[in-house]
Amino acid sequence: MTTFLGMPTTSPRGVGHLRGDEAFPAAARKALGNAQLRRNLGHATTTIRAKSGAVIAELPDWQELRTAGSALKTDTMARLPELLAQLEENVTAAGGVVHWAADANEANRIVTELVQATGETRVIKVKSMATQEIALNEALEAAGIEPVETDLAELIVQLGHDKPSHILVPAIHRNRAEIREIFLREMPGVDPALTDEPVILAGAARRYLRETFLSTKVAVSGANFAVAETGTLAVLESEGNGRMCLTLPETLITVMGIEKLVPTWQDLEVFLQLLPRASTGERMNPYTSMWTGVTPGDGPQNFHLVLLDNGRTAVLADEVGRQALHCIRCSACLNVCPVYERTGGHAYGSVYPGPIGAVLSPQLTGVEDNASLPYASSLCGACFDACPVKIDIPSILVHLRNEAPHPRGERAAMHAAAYTMDHPRLYAAAQHAAKLSRLAGRRLPPPLSGWTASRDLPDPPPETFRDWWAKR
Amino acid sequence: MRIALFVTCLADTMFPAAAKATVHLLERLGHEVVFPEGQTCCGQMHINTGYQQDALPLVRRHVRTFAPYDVVVAPSGSCVGSVRHQHAMVARSAGDEGLAARAEDVGSRTYELSELLVDVLGVEDVGAYYPHRVTYHPTCHSLRMIRVGDKPQRLLRHVRGLELVELPAADQCCGFGGTFALKNADTSTAMLADKMRHVLDTGAEVCTAGDSSCLMHIGGGLSRLGAGVRTVHLAEILAATEDTP
Repeated sequence: MTTFLGMPTTSPRGVGHLRGDEAFPAAARKALGNAQLRRNLGHATTTIRAKSGAVIAELPDWQELRTAGSALKTDTMARLPELLAQLEENVTAAGGVVHWAADANEANRIVTELVQATGETRVIKVKSMATQEIALNEALEAAGIEPVETDLAELIVQLGHDKPSHILVPAIHRNRAEIREIFLREMPGVDPALTDEPVILAGAARRYLRETFLSTKVAVSGANFAVAETGTLAVLESEGNGRMCLTLPETLITVMGIEKLVPTWQDLEVFLQLLPRASTGERMNPYTSMWTGVTPGDGPQNFHLVLLDNGRTAVLADEVGRQALHCIRCSACLNVCPVYERTGGHAYGSVYPGPIGAVLSPQLTGVEDNASLPYASSLCGACFDACPVKIDIPSILVHLRNEAPHPRGERAAMHAAAYTMDHPRLYAAAQHAAKLSRLAGRRLPPPLSGWTASRDLPDPPPETFRDWWAKR
Repeated sequence: MRIALFVTCLADTMFPAAAKATVHLLERLGHEVVFPEGQTCCGQMHINTGYQQDALPLVRRHVRTFAPYDVVVAPSGSCVGSVRHQHAMVARSAGDEGLAARAEDVGSRTYELSELLVDVLGVEDVGAYYPHRVTYHPTCHSLRMIRVGDKPQRLLRHVRGLELVELPAADQCCGFGGTFALKNADTSTAMLADKMRHVLDTGAEVCTAGDSSCLMHIGGGLSRLGAGVRTVHLAEILAATEDTP
């Protein structure tokens, strides 16, 4: 069966930022040794958790809102082909142009050609996960076009030749001394007397960006939501840079994952309550920009919408895993995750880190390309409780572990263990054998060495429970 | 009441004291405890490590073993969570709807110890005596998978002689996570380091919980440090009296 966008395929290799260079345990090991990173992350996640918890507690109907958000997304996914067609129709009717991109390569090519058609060589960008996912900046640079990130944290990441490590606060791993160094080294026209005071650093970025906003004719954005019934796009942000990018330039190009859709205008009521409280811990985000196609004499006169698949229809084809497409990129799951809090985002190797990244990245790429990510969780369940659209992340992790390729030795050991446990006499014999082998002491061979590196094993009991029970 | 004990493979093999305490406690409260032969492991380790096919016979065995009993108790929130929330899923994935229905039925009659005491038997004061300074770690699966809430603390507050001190950041995972502790040993250890710091901050001599697995993890770390804090299963505290400390 073919779907609307063709047969579901995963995101292609060799383009974009969905795959890391090494497996999670090895990357995590390096991050765990970085005391500054651990402190930055611990402080930031604790602060956001407290802030978010306080504003969520103000809403008596938070659980009902979560249920509504979940139901709306489930309905949207069930009708995605027809809703996307409706969106295209309404965006086109309002003067916009809709492009369909099956993967990162197509999306990068479409955007590059659109910019080239304007004759411009610089674009300003609103913070966008979709364009990070497909590595649009690298593609534009290769074509001689300079992309300028205008979100402060995203600008820090770009000037530092770095990668984002958090969905919402991409420079969470940087402190102000590092930011000062990056600005001094990389920001055109920066004051050499720059200090590391936050207000001074923000002032330097503002001065640089103001000039860029006023002299750049093309902007690239992502989208938080698209309304199928009206063809309206929405971007939520805090700094006002998004509003500048979405209103000042002559041409606006928006790259949006196909799952960002909501059916009706009224549905925004639910998500505009859920998103700011779950993400920044605000009752309402400072800037919500909405636009429908082109308005003559007001804002960009050329509007292009690039609808990105890049593995999403493959996710949609998985009955358990498709919930991951409900994600509204709030980062609540990152902020409550005990693993993310200690390793940071880079260890995940993908622009989508944390619990949602551990279920989304392997599905977008195919689980064999991110086989360690479904295991990057203790299954503590904090993410599920925090998710504003109730994505059951632990269940998807367990599901993906079942799909992941397993090491040969582990497979044999697990099979033998299951066989033993299905035969009570063998099981009892194994219990006694285990008791003897524990005399091996405090340093056990792999894979148990992972345990005994930092933890003792308990002394063996004199008899098992079933032995005691039998003698009773 | 006649109660079937689902001992769990870990308590059976490594922590029989927790299982024996569960038996003593329930018998002291006037109930009959039976131990269904043929039980081994619920299969959670296989399910959570990605081996659902290997877990299927264990699910089948568990359901067959406990189907005849009206009430089943386990001294583990995690194993109860697996029975209640994962067994039917494994059966369904294998296309066995009949097994899934029976698994759901058994799951609905399977209780973690504090649930059994408070919800089913309606008791919060079990007549225990335990003269120690104790802190309680609410394990992730007790807290977020089966939602025992504050039932363990309510039971502990009625224990005579026991001084219950609140654990800072109690709802944070200790880093065990089954095979996570082996596959991601470094991250697991980093999580454990914070949990141990919080336990030590309380000044408690005993750290308790409703899961032997998490206690094995926290206790293994504290032992390696020579911290002088013991880990003791909730059942052992509730089973203790002046006569049988």
